[in-house]
Amino acid sequence: MNKEELANQLRSICGADAVITDEQELVVYECDAYTLQKNHPTAVVLPQNTEEVVAVVRLCAENDLPIIPRGAGTSLSGTVLAVEGGVMIALTRMNRILSLDTRNRRALVEAGCVNSWITQKADNFGLFFAPDPSSQSACTIGGNVATNAGGPHTLKNGVTTNHILGYEIVLPDGSIEWLGTTPEGGEEVDGFDLRGATIGCEGMFGVITRVLVRLTKKPTSFKTYLGVFDSVDAASQTVSDIIAAGIIPAALEMMDQLIIRAVEEAYHFGFPLDAGAILIVELDGLSGGVGDQGQIVETICKQNEAREVRAAKDEEERAAIWKCRKRAFGAVGRISPNYLTQDGVVPRSKVPEIMRFIKATSVKYNLRIPNVFHAGDGNIHPLILFDERKDGEVKQALRAGEDILNKCIEMGGSVSGEHGIGAEKIDFMERQFSKDDLGAMQFLRIAFDPGKRCNPHKMFPGSKRCSDFAPRKQAAA
Amino acid sequence: MIQNFISEEKSLACVHCGLCLSACPTYLETGNENDSPRGRIYLMRNIQTQRVTVDNTVMRHIDLCLGCRACENACPSGVEYGHLLEHARDYFEKTHNRSFSQTFLRRIAIEQVFPFPWRLKFVLFFSTILRLPIFRWALPQFAKESLLLLPKEAISKSPPEYSPSLEKNVGRVGFIEGCVMQVMFGATHDNSIALLNQQGWDVASPKKQGCCGALYAHSGQLDKARECARNNIAAFEREKLDAIIINAAGCGSTLKEYGQLLGNDPAWSERAARFSAKVKDLSEWITPENLKPSNREIIVTYQDACHLAHPQGVTAEPRELVKAVAGDNYIELQEADVCCGSAGSYNLTEPEMAKKLQNRKVRNLIDTGAEIVVTANPGCLLQIQSGLKKAGSGMKIMHLADYLIEYGE
Ligand SMILES: Cc1cc2nc3c(=O)[nH]c(=O)nc-3n(C[C@H](O)[C@H](O)[C@H](O)COP(=O)(O)OP(=O)(O)OC[C@H]3O[C@@H](n4cnc5c(N)ncnc54)[C@H](O)[C@@H]3O)c2cc1C
Ligand code: SF4
Ligand code: SF4
Repeated sequence: MNKEELANQLRSICGADAVITDEQELVVYECDAYTLQKNHPTAVVLPQNTEEVVAVVRLCAENDLPIIPRGAGTSLSGTVLAVEGGVMIALTRMNRILSLDTRNRRALVEAGCVNSWITQKADNFGLFFAPDPSSQSACTIGGNVATNAGGPHTLKNGVTTNHILGYEIVLPDGSIEWLGTTPEGGEEVDGFDLRGATIGCEGMFGVITRVLVRLTKKPTSFKTYLGVFDSVDAASQTVSDIIAAGIIPAALEMMDQLIIRAVEEAYHFGFPLDAGAILIVELDGLSGGVGDQGQIVETICKQNEAREVRAAKDEEERAAIWKCRKRAFGAVGRISPNYLTQDGVVPRSKVPEIMRFIKATSVKYNLRIPNVFHAGDGNIHPLILFDERKDGEVKQALRAGEDILNKCIEMGGSVSGEHGIGAEKIDFMERQFSKDDLGAMQFLRIAFDPGKRCNPHKMFPGSKRCSDFAPRKQAAA
Repeated sequence: MIQNFISEEKSLACVHCGLCLSACPTYLETGNENDSPRGRIYLMRNIQTQRVTVDNTVMRHIDLCLGCRACENACPSGVEYGHLLEHARDYFEKTHNRSFSQTFLRRIAIEQVFPFPWRLKFVLFFSTILRLPIFRWALPQFAKESLLLLPKEAISKSPPEYSPSLEKNVGRVGFIEGCVMQVMFGATHDNSIALLNQQGWDVASPKKQGCCGALYAHSGQLDKARECARNNIAAFEREKLDAIIINAAGCGSTLKEYGQLLGNDPAWSERAARFSAKVKDLSEWITPENLKPSNREIIVTYQDACHLAHPQGVTAEPRELVKAVAGDNYIELQEADVCCGSAGSYNLTEPEMAKKLQNRKVRNLIDTGAEIVVTANPGCLLQIQSGLKKAGSGMKIMHLADYLIEYGE
């Protein structure tokens, strides 16, 4: 089938304004928030409902075309890259909250619904949707399920999979399955937990169309501390000590000096610019317990020579702290034209060591590397700053990232905490997993997608690369 | 060879994170990344690097942008989207040929009428006649739509050059008349000045002032916008003023940006910056303390005018004022700062999207159960009024100044 025929057929399914095949318009679909690899899909469709998704998926099955599910395209690892073209199915028009069942604390939403909209809607009933990736104001539930997204508050609340009861998925052959709890059903489901097996599939098992999410009761009290330290070492030690004291904060986040400066420039919160590191420690629960734990946290911070420890004085200040934290990645745009976000995990006790390694890497490649990350989980996010207009900087940045991730594996950690493998980290899979492990993963994948047509060339070693890898020198990021 | 129409530094500030997507009204409606801020910036950059050429398809996405700048508020990288858009539009207008009807609408119908109060009065006069059914069949669809937007009883009146306060005098402020405000909402001007007078401000409204230039700036005619700016700066420089007050959000954001607009003009840049620093929206200047709470049990909501909420960041002040009068009868509106589709002359150039956003706004308004909705911009007033009317809703829309005067005593 040639492109024109494909376009016509897609239009007859979804309507003319829901199909994009003009190369000029496909440009904006050539990458997600990871901009180092680019390629145009053959077409993008914006279906309105599950029936349209099914018809599009069938059409692709009949013509042996790749399909690439897409949410908001905020992925940081190129998971929505159309490596070899194919039909990109963007769920951005399927974005409604279908029902809110406050008694059973669950909500049924379409896959394109934006994460934060659920909490906005549930807030009136004292409920919220717990997974809170920093991109929550834009990323979709479908994308969260497909990447098993986490966020600052996953330390206590758990990642996406802990909050997804069930979902509807259109398999690559066009059949519809509901996995897990149905909107009418009870929480317990007999048989295999296939729901869990496909969460984190990075769009390789089919197109998720509707999701039944769990809502959580809002804690009655919060205490959010800011600890200011002279060095990353002291802050890292504090993290270890807090966990060792048996306290599980709702969130435990670290920002280093470079990121503090970027954030301060953006939001003028009043962070001290000469601080070596800042810890955000949030405790939640019943007010009595929060108060007691707060005392311990303060003591631990001071033992580690915190220059200053203070609690947010009210909800407004707490919101301001989180705004700074959640939008820290983006704020980096103010100090560098490009950045590469790395996402690795190390055992919590190794946080001081990996931070020292990152600093050494920064010196080695002569690139600035600010850090803002989920210290409580040992989930690091070094942001490698570069300017793609400068000769060789892209390559240097990639190498620096590679060194850091290799170190994570060496320390017994992993190469992705939450951003996924996608197109970016394929090479690390062999280093982190044995051949048998990878074989088992392929086995599961083939059970869902025997033709390997769904979001192909991701995650598994030996996958094809984009022709536009390590980009030409151009201003467009 | 393509000229560098947007600054590379400014466009590279966009790190492609996508956090702005769900703030963008057009993206919320179409779900197409080309209609999102990230997509549009990407298109602009790729036009600059010549990977993309300016054709009708690409122009559709740029034209569809409301210029509401909700994306700027959402962007953590501080991307100056409004600036990029103005410069891109300026360039496209010079290089891209539009169809005849679009050119007519943009260059003649809008830019030759709105900025000139007397021409606007003339059009209003005819529109009153044209409302008679016998004339209506002859009109094209867009003209019918625009007619619906015109208020039935437009009160056309220019405020006096000088209105002294009878209270204990605290100072003197300038007053911007605006084009649409002056012709269609004369009563709102009276009320705005009354509020200022009540709080002790003498009000001067120099006759030499003219159009603020917003319509030109937003449609990519920066030179004309600069002319407007110089004229106004000169008109207000003659007076010693504590502030320059504007009660229309769209004009306000442009007036506050004169400094930037004339930044490269050595003779004017400093004067422009001084002028802009004095510009205040009415809601930023008057204070809630002296307002009296209403004793009527009427539920009131507030809708943000884009150009007040986004570029000016004024969201708390007008709410405080409304609450000072409405008390517990104030209710918050869902998606209060998602554009209603008015966006200057947008509802004339992009009627289809404008209508979608109008419906979205009306749905959210009706959900509040309020009887009055307050806002701070003439465009929003007209757009929402006609939307409410079409939906058969009895909800009343009022300018902040009118609401405070009518209900505040
Ligand atoms: C500034 C910033 C901060 C971020 N912070 C975090 C963070 O704190 N934690 C975190 O985990 N991630 C974070 N991310 C990464 C990203 O936002 C998440 O991975 C998010 O879950 C992606 O959602 P999306 O809707 O944008 O999906 P996309 O980027 O569009 O897609 C991501 C993957 O999901 C698949 N997919 C999307 N929708 C569907 C569907 N309906 N059915 C099947 N597959 C689908 C795609 O094929 C792709 O493989 C951040 C990103 C940015 C830019
Ligand atoms: S404009 Fe800002 S929020 Fe939007 S993609 Fe660019 S950097 Fe991100
Ligand atoms: S100005 Fe408004 S319509 Fe235009 S891109 Fe920004 S948010 Fe969207």
